[in-house]
Amino acid sequence: MARFIVRRLLVAIPVLLGLSVILFLFLRLLPGGGPAEAILGQHATPQLVAQITAAEGLDKPLYVQYVAYLGRLLHGDFGASFIDGREVAGTFLIRFPATVELTIGALIFAVGLGIPLGRLAARHPNGWIDGVVTAISLFGISIPVFVLGYTLAFIFGVELHWLPTLGQNDPRLGVDPVTHFAIIDAILAGHWYVIDALAHLILPSIALGTIPLAVFTRITRASVIEVSNEDYVRTARAKGLTDRRVNDRHIMRNAWLPVTTVIGLETGALLAGAVLTETVFSWNGVGSWVVSSIQNHDYIVVQSLILIFASIFLTVNLIVDMGYAFLNPRIRYG
Amino acid sequence: MATSTAVTVSVTTRVSRGLWHDAFRRLMRNGPAIVGMVFIAIFVFGAILAPIIAPYPPNVPGQLGNAMHGPSLIHIMGTDTQGNDEFSRILYGARISLTVGVVAVFFGLIGGTTVGAIAGGAGGIVDGILMRVIDVLLAVPGILLAIGIVAWLGHGEIQIMLAVGISYSPMFARLLRGSLLALRESDYVIAARSMGASPVRILVRHMLPNALTPLIVQATLAAATAIIDVAGLGFLGLGPGDPRIAEWGEMLTDSSRFLQSAPYLIFFPGAAIVISAIGFNLLGDGLREALDPRLKR
Repeated sequence: MARFIVRRLLVAIPVLLGLSVILFLFLRLLPGGGPAEAILGQHATPQLVAQITAAEGLDKPLYVQYVAYLGRLLHGDFGASFIDGREVAGTFLIRFPATVELTIGALIFAVGLGIPLGRLAARHPNGWIDGVVTAISLFGISIPVFVLGYTLAFIFGVELHWLPTLGQNDPRLGVDPVTHFAIIDAILAGHWYVIDALAHLILPSIALGTIPLAVFTRITRASVIEVSNEDYVRTARAKGLTDRRVNDRHIMRNAWLPVTTVIGLETGALLAGAVLTETVFSWNGVGSWVVSSIQNHDYIVVQSLILIFASIFLTVNLIVDMGYAFLNPRIRYG
Repeated sequence: MATSTAVTVSVTTRVSRGLWHDAFRRLMRNGPAIVGMVFIAIFVFGAILAPIIAPYPPNVPGQLGNAMHGPSLIHIMGTDTQGNDEFSRILYGARISLTVGVVAVFFGLIGGTTVGAIAGGAGGIVDGILMRVIDVLLAVPGILLAIGIVAWLGHGEIQIMLAVGISYSPMFARLLRGSLLALRESDYVIAARSMGASPVRILVRHMLPNALTPLIVQATLAAATAIIDVAGLGFLGLGPGDPRIAEWGEMLTDSSRFLQSAPYLIFFPGAAIVISAIGFNLLGDGLREALDPRLKR
């Protein structure tokens, strides 16, 4: 297992290096003059351009600049925003917890509902339940996150007044941001403020989790149907095991495997989907930061965030592959 | 040789309709796929005939007094924040949203299959290098890659097509490469090789036609996600960037502002995106079943 992890890490390194080259060139080859002009945008004056060029070493040869850039990255220095001058790494640590909470909320919704729905549909293939479940999952993969988000906000926020639709908590409660995880901070603040934080999480989680829900439902259904036709399942039934035992021990243990792989793949999609979801629900995470940085032409932030997102995505995939090896004793990565 | 030809002819005369004809017949018997085609057809006709059907022009400046009227007999889907007829804008918007989405997939298909064909056909070092490049692109999850490319290329329809196309190309490249690798050891390819056919001829005449069906299915399904992604870019303010052009995603920008006063401004463009995406998803699933009868339930 250790050798497998090391080998996978060694594969991830050239990928991240390649991406860092592309992102480095992205900033250097921006249309509209040199990188200093692009960074400064309409604030560009000859003095400022000269100042930035000297400070960032933009007049040096490209490979010298790249090596310097890479050196800073390896020290955890992702540069600073040109809008507010703050370090990208610092702001990231403040905003990332919100995105993690949203992603976990969406995963809980998608896995918690998708797997039972898939199993239900697989029990009677082509029956009416299967038809309803198929229709739900078709709808789920066909609706944009932001359309669903606004629809939910309209129904449950504006019309029914059941759930809040903006932000991670009610600012009037004055919860101190200690960990920047809204739920943990609310627990620390006491007074049952955690209920408010959880209520804020519901609608964004459903909006973000609906596409993965559709995917998990489909894959669980297909996987359970496939495993149900295996000889060992028929044997288990023939020797008189209860339905429950056949389902839990013989079918689900094997049907889980493709489902785990897909859960890992969808986690990357969740990170990307967070960009849209956070914009809809004014969620102060990394996703809405990507959008505001692009709108402000804050290219250093955009460049760093894409690299960070890719690193997270690769890490999640590695964890999923390890989980896969753990769940499936037939596969041993050497 | 002559006798074997004679035998084949006598056997095939009964079923000589061919693969594509059979697939078409299966598709036409598939209810959901027909529903999908109807959905797509509605929007295609709406887009083409927009100047005739649309009751109003999509954009007339200076009618703020007419803004945010709810659906009525005069404006069946109401009017937007600028006083324009929402129904007309959705019809004109279909032109942009469908064209950009479909062309983006086409770009991705061309780029991806070129890379996939070179990698799968050449193998060895070329394959290794190309696949590492694909890995780099795949490391940026989902729509984020397209967002980054649009941020770099700037506003415009062509830029969006390129951005979404590039972000879809790794999927097609991997798909084609995988099929080609599997086909390389198949009997007819070995036979063609032993008869002295050139590698390019084997690739183009023997391998590509047999690797085509998964690409067709995937491209149709990708058209659904492309429409959603293009709308997403428009929603984030990375759309065509021309206020005179109606685009479904851009019509939903700043929706939170009219969540209370005019929810129909979210509902109608949203429904247009969902219905066209459902259309392509149903057609894609139908094509999968039609082209690969083994998958039939």
